[in-house]
Parts: sequence; C-alpha cells; structure tokens
Amino acid sequence: MAIDSSSVISSSGATTRFRRRRSRRLSESIVTAVLMVCAAVTILTTVGIVAILLAEGLSFFGEVSPQDFFFGTRWTPLFPSAGFGVLPLICGTLLIALGASLISLPLGTLAAVYLSEYAQPKVRNILKPILEVLAGVPTIVYGYFALTWITPLLKSTIFPDIGVFNALSAMIVVGIMTVPMVSSISDDSIRAVPASLREAAYGLGSTKFEVVTRVTFPAALSGIVASYILAVSRAVGETMAVTLAAGASPRITANPLESVQTMTAYIVQVSLGDTPQGTTVFRTIFVVALTLFAITLIMNLISDRIVSRYKERYE
Amino acid sequence: MTTDPSGTSFRSNLFNVKLGRRHLTGSIFGVVALLGALVGVAVLIIMLVEVWRDGIRYFRLEFLDLFPSRKPDQAGFKSAFWGSLWVIGTTAMIAFPVGVSAAIYLEEYAPKNWVTKILQTNISNLAGVPSIVYGLLGLQIFVRGTIGVGPSLEDLGLNDFGRSVLTGGLTLALLILPVVIVASQESLRAVPPSIREASYGIGATRWQTVRHHVLPEALPGVMTGTILALSRAIGETAPLIAIGALTFIAFTPEHLLDDFTVMPIQIYNWAARPQHDFQDLAATGIMVLLIALLVMNAIAVSLRYRFGHGNGR
Repeated sequence: MAIDSSSVISSSGATTRFRRRRSRRLSESIVTAVLMVCAAVTILTTVGIVAILLAEGLSFFGEVSPQDFFFGTRWTPLFPSAGFGVLPLICGTLLIALGASLISLPLGTLAAVYLSEYAQPKVRNILKPILEVLAGVPTIVYGYFALTWITPLLKSTIFPDIGVFNALSAMIVVGIMTVPMVSSISDDSIRAVPASLREAAYGLGSTKFEVVTRVTFPAALSGIVASYILAVSRAVGETMAVTLAAGASPRITANPLESVQTMTAYIVQVSLGDTPQGTTVFRTIFVVALTLFAITLIMNLISDRIVSRYKERYE
Repeated sequence: MTTDPSGTSFRSNLFNVKLGRRHLTGSIFGVVALLGALVGVAVLIIMLVEVWRDGIRYFRLEFLDLFPSRKPDQAGFKSAFWGSLWVIGTTAMIAFPVGVSAAIYLEEYAPKNWVTKILQTNISNLAGVPSIVYGLLGLQIFVRGTIGVGPSLEDLGLNDFGRSVLTGGLTLALLILPVVIVASQESLRAVPPSIREASYGIGATRWQTVRHHVLPEALPGVMTGTILALSRAIGETAPLIAIGALTFIAFTPEHLLDDFTVMPIQIYNWAARPQHDFQDLAATGIMVLLIALLVMNAIAVSLRYRFGHGNGR
C-alpha cells in the first residue's frame, strides 16, 4: 500500500515520510510484542508452579494413596519404615500459625487503631515506618533471635522444661513479624472510612472511644478481616524462622513447648539433606508444597474477595 | 406543680451521660493501643541490641576476607558476601527490565478486557505464594530442566544451569517480579495524563511517548520500588536452599554458572550449630546483612526524595 502511494505522490520527501511511518509502525508492534511477552512471564510463572507441583504430586499419588497421605498420622518419609501421613506437618503448621495470630492480630489491630485515630501526625510518621521495618527484617534474623534469645529467656523464667527447639518461640517471632501486615492494611482501611461518619457520631455526643469501636472499626471491618487472613497466610508460608526455632520433629500436638515441624521446615530439611532426586521420598517435598500452595492460595483469594466486595461501599 | 421537680429529676437520671467515665475508658483504650503499637518497636530494638552484643566480637574487616572454616576464629563471610552480590546483581538484571516492561504493558498498552484482568489478578496472587514454592519451581526448571511433563532441557540437547548463580538469580527474579511490577505500575499511574496527551498531540507514537516522556518521569519511583524488592530478595533464604545452593563454599563466584552460597544461608548454617562461637558468627553475619539492607533502603529513600515529587510510593 505504501509503495502504491509513493508511486502516485512524486515528491521524494513524501516517500521517505511514508517509509518512516511504515518502519515506525513495525517497530511499534515489535515493542508491543516484547512488552507483552514480559507481562506473560507472570502467567508462565503461575502455570509453571501449578504444572510442576501437580506433575510431581500425581506421580507421588501413584506410589502412595491419597488417603494415606491426607489422613495418615505418621510422617516419617526419611525412615526405613516410611510413613506418609501429612497430618503431623499440617498440625505443626497450624499450631504455629494459630499461636502467631494470637500475637499479630491483637497487636496489629491495636497499633492500627492507635495510628489511625489517636496518634498525632508527627508520631504517626515515625511509628508507622518503624513498624514496617519489622516486615523488612529477613526472617532468618527472627529465627536466630528466637533460638538464641527468646527460648533461653522462656527457659530461665516461665517454662524451665522447654526444649531447645519449641513451637512457642517460633509463634512469638512469626507473630511479631506479621504485625505490620495487620497494622498497615487495617490502618489504611480505617483511614478510608469517610470523615462524615466520624463527624456524625461526634455530633451525636459520642466520645472518641465510642466513635472508634462503634463507627470506624465496624465500617473498616472488611479491610481489617482481609489483613487478618493475609497475616495468617503469611505465617503458614513462613519458612526460615520456624525451621530454626521449632525444629524438625513432625508430631500431632497442641503443646507449644514441644518441637514440631511445619510443612515449610520439612521442605528445607529434605533440600539440605542428601535424598536422591526422582525418588518417592524426594517427591514428598512437591506434594507438601502443593498442599501449602493450595492452603495459602485459598486464603489469599478469600481475602481478595472480601476487599473487592466491600471496597466501594463508601465511595 | 409538685410533679414538675420530680419530673426533671427523673429525666436527668435518664440522661445521665457519665461523661467522665466514658472519657476515662477512651483514654485507657488509647494508652492500651499505644502499648500495642510499641510492643513491635520494643522487640525490634531488643533484637538489634542482641544481634549487636553477640556479633560485635567477630565484627572486623577480616570477617569479609575469610572463607567459612571449622574453627570459629578463622571463619569468615567472604564467599557468602560475594555470592549474595552476584545473585542480587543477576536478579536485578533480570527483574528490572522484565518487571518494568510488564508494568508498561499493563499500564500503557493493555486493553481493558478480561485478559488484562486475569493478568492483574494473577500478579497479586503470585505475591502471596510462599517463597519456598518458588524455590521448587527454580529447582525443576533451572536445575533439573523440566516441568515434570514433556521433554526436559536435556532431551532437547540443552544444558541446565545447575545450582549456579544464574539459577539463584532467575529464581529470585521470578519471586520479586510481582513486587517490581506493582510498584512500577503505581509510579507509571502517577504520571499525569496531560504529559501523554501533549506527546500524542505533536504526533509521537505510543512507544515514543512512553520512552521519552512517561518512563523518565516515573523512573525514580520505579527504581525505588525495584530496590526495595531487591532488599527483600537479599534476605531470602528458603528458595535458595530449595534449589540446592550449597551451604559450605570456600571460593567466590567467577562467572554466572559457578556454585555459590549467600549471606542468609551462611547465617542459617552457623546459627543451626550448637556451639556458642558459631552462633556469635551468625550474629556477625546478620550485622553485615542488615547493613547491606540499610544501604539499599537509604538509596531507595534518597531516590524518592531527590527525584520524586510525591511520585514514589
């Protein structure tokens, strides 16, 4: 088409202009294609994760029945009398996630209420970044802190018979590291509550406490609940701190003074060991990761759903 | 007549506002909320002080010039420190261009349809996937060269990357990609539409507009977001353990296909030993890691203040 037009228009300037436009259009579409490929990397990542976990998981289930895996209570894949029941790992993971949320949810909520309703802007501008540093400290540092400071402290004060590796110290550090997830997201959603609601409540003679507990907090509840779910999901996927602090003893227990093993800690244990690849034992890490992936994905989807459903209620 | 005073007293009883008590409850609650916020700060301070007290003994220049050793007094951080620099450098070289390009596509090019929506949802879900899962992804794709189904790299006559710097860098790049993309999208979105319209108005193409006008304006914010994402990557341990990075290395990497270890893995290795001296070495390692993080964050913050007009994050 461009050649046709150039033969009609005799001026050479017009020809080069048309050529330039054609090469411009070509380079534009190349650029678009490259950018699109980069965006597609994220889709490929998801597809890759799901494909790998499913492929290895399915060949695992060819060797061990799903019933033994999901309902078995003995997790000893590395022993000669191998037991492939995942319940001890799930129990360890949930125990630590539950204990951590007993710390992170109340502390995070209180911090969010303080930051959004009570703090002077000056205090807030200092306090909020400091709290966010808690989430930026590498988790290995929390593991070190739990192992070398919290456990000895607990042993010398409240629990003299606590083990070197125990679930309690892991709960504490995982709880502390997830405080900023709760406080930041909850703070944002409390501050997103329109001022008119607060002003109306004050106008009716409410005190600050009543405004916070009966107006802004309920109004921001969806965001706050979403932040709770994210914090628990983060605690479920947390790896290094629990590996260092809670140890490697898969067992079904509710006693936080004992050593437990989480799903993530098991994957680390096998990765550091000398289990040959391609064996049933090695496949366990993929099937455990598949379980972990499914649990965190469901929690994140629920949290997303809550946020998007209630987001525009006041806008 | 006699009912009037009794009536008022009845009404004032009903309307007993108990303001004093209500304000007291409020103040107590405020103090409790403040204490809740301060617990985190207190733990942070105790943690830093403890690391400092344990680690200061080995904190000297030779620490960065010695390889790990069985004797604590001769042990150092050299291979881990350089390993981390190599891996993070590789991660940056991959995650920055890919992440920014993906963000440009999503913000400037992508049509508003269901495909774009899936892309966006997928990115926010990827950010919630536990990091160790990325390690298994890296292990299969880059170390074993297979996704479990279909032909492996070896079948196709290609070499896998082994447990090399390149594998580690690629794995961490995939891990932080969602963070880089979201941060870049935010700063692209903060560029006023008038700039784009002016550029289109004088006949620029879409790419020319992005390349010469939108991207330079958004760059400080993009860089800040990328550096913050990299500072997350430098502290990551689990995915690199999952790809099988070695825990004992007595050399520094020379090229991308060399074996490596990184600072957090070396710290883990020392901290997991029962001997007290090695735990102190771990604390020294943590000091170096935290200083590295501090430097990266300082760069990110200064970029934001220097160039960003509230445009950063």
